[in-house]
Amino acid sequence: MSWFKRIKEGITTSTKEKKETPEGLWYKCVKCKKICPTNEHVLNLYVCPHCNYHERIGSAEYFEVIFDNNEYVELDPNLSSGDPLEFTDTKNYKSRIVESQKKSGLKDALRSAHGVVDGRDLVVCCMDFGFIGGSMGSVVGEKIARAIDYCLQKKIPLMIISKSGGARMMEAAYSLMQMAKTSAKLALLSQAGIPYISLLTDPTTGGVTASYAMLGDLNIGEPGALIGFAGPRVVKETIGKDLPKGFQTSEFVLEHGFLDKIVSRKDLKPTLSRLLEMFQS
Amino acid sequence: MNYLDFEKPIAELIEQKEKMANAAQKSGVDVTKTLEELDGKIADKRKEIFGKLTPWQRVQVSRHPDRPYTLAYIEALTAGSFIELHGDRTVKDDKAMVGGLGLIDGHTVMLIGQQKGNNTKMRQYRNFGMPNPEGYRKALRLMKMAEKFNKPIITFIDTPGAYPGLEAEERGQGEAIARNLLEMSKLRVPVICIVIGEGASGGALGIGIGDRVLMLENTWYSVISPESCSSILWRSWNEKERAAEALKLTPEDMKQHGLVDGIIPEPLGGAHTSPEEIFATVKAEILKHLGELSPVNADERITRRIDKFCKMGVVVEG
Repeated sequence: MSWFKRIKEGITTSTKEKKETPEGLWYKCVKCKKICPTNEHVLNLYVCPHCNYHERIGSAEYFEVIFDNNEYVELDPNLSSGDPLEFTDTKNYKSRIVESQKKSGLKDALRSAHGVVDGRDLVVCCMDFGFIGGSMGSVVGEKIARAIDYCLQKKIPLMIISKSGGARMMEAAYSLMQMAKTSAKLALLSQAGIPYISLLTDPTTGGVTASYAMLGDLNIGEPGALIGFAGPRVVKETIGKDLPKGFQTSEFVLEHGFLDKIVSRKDLKPTLSRLLEMFQS
Repeated sequence: MNYLDFEKPIAELIEQKEKMANAAQKSGVDVTKTLEELDGKIADKRKEIFGKLTPWQRVQVSRHPDRPYTLAYIEALTAGSFIELHGDRTVKDDKAMVGGLGLIDGHTVMLIGQQKGNNTKMRQYRNFGMPNPEGYRKALRLMKMAEKFNKPIITFIDTPGAYPGLEAEERGQGEAIARNLLEMSKLRVPVICIVIGEGASGGALGIGIGDRVLMLENTWYSVISPESCSSILWRSWNEKERAAEALKLTPEDMKQHGLVDGIIPEPLGGAHTSPEEIFATVKAEILKHLGELSPVNADERITRRIDKFCKMGVVVEG
């Protein structure tokens, strides 16, 4: 009857004694599905060492990548969105804002900061996709406008890092007018001869592409980023055909003449530094 | 004449009147009095319906197939003096964006606008009023020309949006619109923008940076069409009425929020019921605003224009 009798003892480790693998020790690339240690991924500036996929990162990470010693002064950190239209869809806009603020720890979809890049001053406005899809509303527009005023006053170059699905629908025409507002301010910056570098990251679409993202003295793309005016789904519906491979990627946009350069994240700071040096010497 | 669904009661009365007039002509009976009565009824019904249009109905009127489009305004305003100019000097001539020089009461002006078609064939020819990048670049080329020769610019906005096609993306739709926003904000000549139909998003704004931005009474202007807004926020096409309300896209709402400068009244029942009347009103408005803008020094005018757009937005500090 040895068939029914367990001769060898089974696994008897109690749950308490089991060794846990710490959460987040490994990073799995969403593109190539290969894994690498998380700390290596972070040291590699959130870029997959296997396939060069640039993970989406937020303003805190970009500031760390760009500014010397991660030191910077945040400009207008306390602006948050009003609800001028008392907008309600399936949820009301006010509670959406509060919820997003809690979830992301951010006030809105853009932070601006003044710091130093290899000893040279730079103001960086960086969008956060984690806040309502990086959508552009009054706060984004106002912060950019104020950052430009700051640059004009102190004669400091400006960089805007775009990462956005476009205008924020819940602010309707107000968000539309942020396109006008930011572009008008950039006209003043341009007239003052102060350099403006636009970095387009994944994704940059809609009203953001159709305003400040495309207006840089230099338009720089991150590798593989989605960059376009209409979203790929809308374009596909319009033409009723599948989209060509690589459509609306940074490489596609560069090929069609709308980007000056594609720069990997690890080369971002050295490139910026050299450009700032050449603009200012 | 085409009638919208909510205009049915008016259409019925008009039909009744026409039948009676026809019958009277055949039989020779004098029905003048009854016809006058019917005219009164029609006017009352119009007042009743158009006095309380919902935002969605306003959107419907703005798209009325009989509504005058840009070239109709231009022809009427310039009394036959208009010379259309074509092409962006780079790719091609965009038929969804028209422009050229004309005289309004002896003043040379540059007139530019999105153009829709009046029938199926023309609608296709005009790409339903949806410009490609070359349309925005043609508009900018003409604006720069106007600036060079110191002529004021009038733009007519009537578009369901910039064309979201494959070639449009290849040729930089986003860049074309962005460039116009930047360049228009520093044009040294007076710029008046008038929404005569649909003002949809960046496609509208691309010719919409002016010293004066005016809306006709039965038009809308917003970041997205009510249908698309409904499909994105409610995940269904059926909430367009609610979306139209939520977007606050009517001229009254836009004026109240300081996002446009003025509203131009339309004849009762919409611009298409009496084109001559609306052309005259628009002409008077243009002349009035040009009169106010022309004496202002160019630098001062640009500062005011930029300041106006920079004030738009509601943020909470703290």
